Amino acid sequence: MINEPQLHGSKTEELIVEAGEALRRRKPSRMVRIGDHVKREWQLYLMLLPTILWLLIFLYKPMYGLQIAFKDYSIFRGVAGSPWIGLEHFQTLFGNDQFLRAIKNTVIISFYSLIFGFPMPIILALMFNEVLHQTFKKTAQTIVYLPHFISSVIIAGIVITAFSPSAGIVNTVLEWFGGESIYFLTRPEWFRPIFVGTGIWQEAGFQSIVYLAAIAGVSPTLYESAVVDGASRWQMMWKITLPSILPTIIIMLIIRIGNMLEVSFEMIILLYQPATYETADVVNTFIYRQGIQGGQYDLAAAAGLFNAVVAFVLVMTANTISKRYSRTSLW
Amino acid sequence: MTNMNLYSRGDKFFVIINMVLLALFTISALYPFIYIASLSMSTGFEARAGNVILTPVGFTLEAYKRVLSEPLFWSSYKNTFIYTIGGTLMSLAFIIPGAYALSRPQLYGRRFWNLMVAFTMWFNAGLIPFFLNMRDLGLLDSYFGIIIGFAVNGFNIILLRNFFEGIPQSFEEAARMDGANEFQVLWKVYVPLSKPAIATVALFCIVSRWNGFFWAMVLLQDEEKIPLQVYLRHVIVELSDDEEFANTLMTAAYSFETVSAAIIVCSIIPILLIYPFLQKYFNKGILLGGVKE
Repeated sequence: MINEPQLHGSKTEELIVEAGEALRRRKPSRMVRIGDHVKREWQLYLMLLPTILWLLIFLYKPMYGLQIAFKDYSIFRGVAGSPWIGLEHFQTLFGNDQFLRAIKNTVIISFYSLIFGFPMPIILALMFNEVLHQTFKKTAQTIVYLPHFISSVIIAGIVITAFSPSAGIVNTVLEWFGGESIYFLTRPEWFRPIFVGTGIWQEAGFQSIVYLAAIAGVSPTLYESAVVDGASRWQMMWKITLPSILPTIIIMLIIRIGNMLEVSFEMIILLYQPATYETADVVNTFIYRQGIQGGQYDLAAAAGLFNAVVAFVLVMTANTISKRYSRTSLW
Repeated sequence: MTNMNLYSRGDKFFVIINMVLLALFTISALYPFIYIASLSMSTGFEARAGNVILTPVGFTLEAYKRVLSEPLFWSSYKNTFIYTIGGTLMSLAFIIPGAYALSRPQLYGRRFWNLMVAFTMWFNAGLIPFFLNMRDLGLLDSYFGIIIGFAVNGFNIILLRNFFEGIPQSFEEAARMDGANEFQVLWKVYVPLSKPAIATVALFCIVSRWNGFFWAMVLLQDEEKIPLQVYLRHVIVELSDDEEFANTLMTAAYSFETVSAAIIVCSIIPILLIYPFLQKYFNKGILLGGVKE
């Protein structure tokens, strides 16, 4: 207020006003100041209130509920009333072959998705960049982005239909080439290739958008001077485009590693069956079966806590590394 | 760059190979949809025999008749519309004012409130505590539970907040002079200027609502309240394991496979109808979403 230029009033008046402001600024306690501020800006707080309440009720209250991971939870006693039992659930979990198998499967499936899934969108973006025919490019992009918007239930339905032993196209083709029909979805050794392949098929196109945006930011002068030097398109792709988008690639890689544990378990729930649990069951599907289907809430919550803490550490580490590397952190 | 004459023969070869490979990838993205569409219009007999490859064999719409005569199909379709429209409006009602407040520099404790939003993106309590919380709140088996329980999303708030922050203060000065309060400034200045960002957030909500199945499956027991995706799962995933049922569904005109395919087609159509908008705004959204706290 006092720093604003005043259009009216004498010097004396200004001094009085200033003195009053100064007094008012010094006198009131912190609480009173906040009170005044809220009184003036109450509308802003009213706008914020629903969101904050929602977060407290639907996301922070469950965090309080996580304590059942250390309790012998019973529905009748509730979260607060159930007795503490320390780390018993964690001991049970780490002695449970199914849980250990779920951890192993989570790591393996994430690893495959990373190795095979990460390069695909980069390759696609580089390929799109080399297309000169605009209509072809636009049409192809429209089509490869599409699977991203289709629900996992439908994708699973398509996979189940296509791999079906009686009518599926995959087995039909296999038989053309003299192979024998395989009931793919009951075979543990086929689960991971099918799951990882489906994920790549669904997301690679859409994920290429980020890299296309990075490529669009590469300075045209680099290409112009390369053309003058007689570089081929292949050389320009390797020597200019790829190095220019390397920072984006590295940041995406860090994000990806940070989200390692986020295997799309919705899709696994749709595609797996007891016959393939051996290779398909991940931590989140284990939690779903034990907790929501089996009613062992406390044990499943302990598994979930373990998962969330590891994921949190991964994300935070990823952010720190990316901060150091690029000086622009992810958030 | 765009002048084809500049290219050597090697370059032309490279460009052509590149186009061929891309065309193959594009076809592989499109083919499953064509296959399903053709399957849905083939006779059950041909589908069962594995004779459908590219186009419908023995064209018939019996599978669609079977699907559309199922009351559960219609009620779940209706429910999906309720959840999608209700959920998206609910989300916007929370997110727009919330993001606006968070974007105002004079907001007291702004850093804290923003951190409170961002933290939910890095850490969440997990399936079980969320489920138990919904149960304790009495929101199982309820339309309202599904609509309110997933209304707010940290990513969407931050996306919109960043957009609001990017709008120059000068835009609101005239409104302030006229004595507009915060609600009026938001509604008359910020919302009209942020239409693309709001459309992006709305489309994010619409797609996740339309496609969401996991929590609807967990939270809804009552068949009359389930959305389309849960119904789809019931038919095409659960029943596909049930060979006996699959056989009872088999007639000469339709089979389990053609009925599944027909349901898939029916549920994809709305997404295809809004796909032009989706593509336009998601392109922007994914780039806007280079989220910064």
